[in-house]
Amino acid sequence: MFDDFFIRALIAGIGVALVTGPLGCFVVWRRLSYFGDTLSHSALLGVTIAYSFELNIAVSVFLISSIIALFLIQLQKKTNLPGDALLGLLAHSSLAVGLVVIGFLTFIRFDIMGLLFGDILAVTVKDLTIIWFGGALILLVLKLIWKPLFASTVNYELAEAEGLNPDRAKAIFTILMAAIIAISIKMVGLLLITGMLIIPAAMARNISDNPKKMVLFAIIGGLLSVIIGLFSSLEFNTASGPSIITASLILFILSLLKIKQSIQLKN
Amino acid sequence: MSSKKNTLVKLENAGYSQNNKWLVRGVSLEVEKGKIVTLIGPNGSGKSTTAKIALGIYKKIEGKVEKYTKKVGYVPQKVSIDWTLPLRVNDFMVLTENLKGDAINEALSLTGVEHLKNKNLGNLSGGEFQRVLLARAISKKPELLVLDEPVQGVDFTGEIALYELIKKISDELNCGILLISHDLHTVMSATDHVVCLNGHVCCSGSPIDVAKNMEYKALFGEQASQILSVYEHRHDHVHSNEGEIKKN
Repeated sequence: MFDDFFIRALIAGIGVALVTGPLGCFVVWRRLSYFGDTLSHSALLGVTIAYSFELNIAVSVFLISSIIALFLIQLQKKTNLPGDALLGLLAHSSLAVGLVVIGFLTFIRFDIMGLLFGDILAVTVKDLTIIWFGGALILLVLKLIWKPLFASTVNYELAEAEGLNPDRAKAIFTILMAAIIAISIKMVGLLLITGMLIIPAAMARNISDNPKKMVLFAIIGGLLSVIIGLFSSLEFNTASGPSIITASLILFILSLLKIKQSIQLKN
Repeated sequence: MSSKKNTLVKLENAGYSQNNKWLVRGVSLEVEKGKIVTLIGPNGSGKSTTAKIALGIYKKIEGKVEKYTKKVGYVPQKVSIDWTLPLRVNDFMVLTENLKGDAINEALSLTGVEHLKNKNLGNLSGGEFQRVLLARAISKKPELLVLDEPVQGVDFTGEIALYELIKKISDELNCGILLISHDLHTVMSATDHVVCLNGHVCCSGSPIDVAKNMEYKALFGEQASQILSVYEHRHDHVHSNEGEIKKN
């Protein structure tokens, strides 16, 4: 059954959604959505490098995104430019450089649309292995750094004062962000990965009153988005990434109704 | 040797600067087990900065900090909880330490907010939140408590009760407390050692010594030193948690 491309895409998508749920919550809590954009835009450069040197795309994207993330942290320390300007600088310049490099690689035929918006036809059995093993590893590491990461999200100084080492947790989390982008790029496409991270988490925020519930609902929302999105992608012959994100948007809108309800209840 | 053993945190000539401006400089102090050290001083005198130096939040400092414990409870001066984070009091209590339900309940009832356990942190009043902050800090039974204006926004009777609780905790847990407060009156009565700051250490010593000090009078006015005489005669009794008054 694994040679059916749709089943492969479904299994890949489910694997991605299980990881984007908890990571996405942290992206929302820590206000990192633009940071996610920067990393995913820089992924294009990673993809082109993978093609140039015949490397594995996920590995190459992971390395390039990690380097960009570390570079960003250095720039933040050394310049007085505001954070969002630096993010924009890195996001657009790495996207531009990636596209320029593609222009030079005339000997390879690129499916740019597939890269930007995801392509379920492209998911191989090897990709599945990377998604599920990589995803499990990401979740394991996230579980290990959960306490310091969460505590410092609530209040950095409290976490630092009470000996939780929030800086290390933050650095590890940055690497995890690069990793999730690397494993989900084929599925969602690099322009829409941040959407996969934040929209289910935002939906979950609307219907939860504590952090664990929010993570759980974000995972469920992500799973539903992937399943609904992929089926409609097959049905209407639309790109997989936009279909998944549209499905998550619909879930988000539905969650707004719940907010409205609870506000009415209070009155 | 024994004094070394009792020391929890020690600052030697410590200072911290930001944007080429010294927030505080030349601070030496020591917090020992079972002792309360209070930092007083006007706004911007470097009280919170000193606390953060002691806690190791500021790392690029001048001078030396030695910390002999890892069991630290901290009540920061300001904590703002973002709406994007759904957080109940219960979740907040286990932020830095995995506590059992009993320990959470005990700490919350000590500060009188057990009924708020399942409430959203964002819906608490200022005083309620302050009580939760204090409960969280003491719930992990720390060896060192750093309290940065722990009773701000708490009603008057609550304020006195909380200061008494702090004193009680220091005795029962035998933990050292670094306390920052504006409320000279209440604080002076429970303190073992006072450090009066204004960008540097103006004077320090026992509450009585400090109150008599000229620099202290210059900083807080003549009235402030009279406060001490008000409290001195209160030394002959203690207030139990139920509001009962006991003679010493």
